[in-house]
Amino acid sequence: MEKLKSLADLKKIREDARVKLDLRVKGDNPEGLVLVKVAMATCGIASGAKPIMDFFVDELDKRGIGAVVTQTGCMGYCYAEPTVEVQLPGREPVVYGFVDKKRADEIIEKYIKNGELVEGIIPVNYEKID
Amino acid sequence: MKEIALHIMDIAQNSVRAGAKEISVSLSESLSTDTLTLTIADDGKGMDEETRRRAADPYFTSRTTRKVGLGLPLLQMNASLAGGRMTIDSAPGRGTTVVATFGYRHVDRPPLGDVGGTIALLILSNPGINIIYSHICEGAGWSISTREIREELGEDAVTDLTIVRALREIIGENVREVRNNESGYDKY
Repeated sequence: MEKLKSLADLKKIREDARVKLDLRVKGDNPEGLVLVKVAMATCGIASGAKPIMDFFVDELDKRGIGAVVTQTGCMGYCYAEPTVEVQLPGREPVVYGFVDKKRADEIIEKYIKNGELVEGIIPVNYEKID
Repeated sequence: MKEIALHIMDIAQNSVRAGAKEISVSLSESLSTDTLTLTIADDGKGMDEETRRRAADPYFTSRTTRKVGLGLPLLQMNASLAGGRMTIDSAPGRGTTVVATFGYRHVDRPPLGDVGGTIALLILSNPGINIIYSHICEGAGWSISTREIREELGEDAVTDLTIVRALREIIGENVREVRNNESGYDKY
């Protein structure tokens, strides 16, 4: 990527991105977007949640998966941080604990792409958090 | 918290939970006065005096998911370890302003870290909040805000992953430039 200095530079990228996003949404994910929530309270941040969120933002974009990546607060699983909640369209959310880049990669490749569960699920009687 | 950028990410969440419509983050570097000042101001619901007083107590939290709240205490600790301090100014309905100062050259001052990435993630995660970031170096500064990005690139730009990745570059590049204009900052 060439060096970006201003929002004007971004405008062109924006145009390209819009085309790409349209393809994505219509192509591999007609029902909606994947929702990825990274727990980002003090416990999560101290355990390295930020690089994990960066990883999801970068990789989901690079791999052309239509997704919404956002932060959430502490879910009470401080011992298992970084934790990530993933919700595939029309499915119940699943929370993964101890997410490092390797596991994040697995989550993208196996769970998000194929719906195949991977190691590290926090098994709870889980209700979606706001 | 090993970086100032992580403190920003952390403390800004308090503002989000306080229902802020606007969060203003500013980092001011000054070698001439040997201070680094981090200011996070919001227009959220604010705190009463009792809550404000206890906010930096690690065993006080407004959460129900756990019994400790370490965000502000850790910031306060890092500020004092680096020869600075943290102050909280707040009133119900008026919002909250947290100011942390650090001795710039102090050996225990945490490095700035990935400020661009932090701000980009905050903008991405909180599309309903106007996030303003200003970076000031010896009085000269640069700033960016969610509102500006929206006006320039369209309403939905801030939740677009490609845009957010580029935003990280843009913020990082401009912060570097602001710092490079002043001598001595290449060492820090």
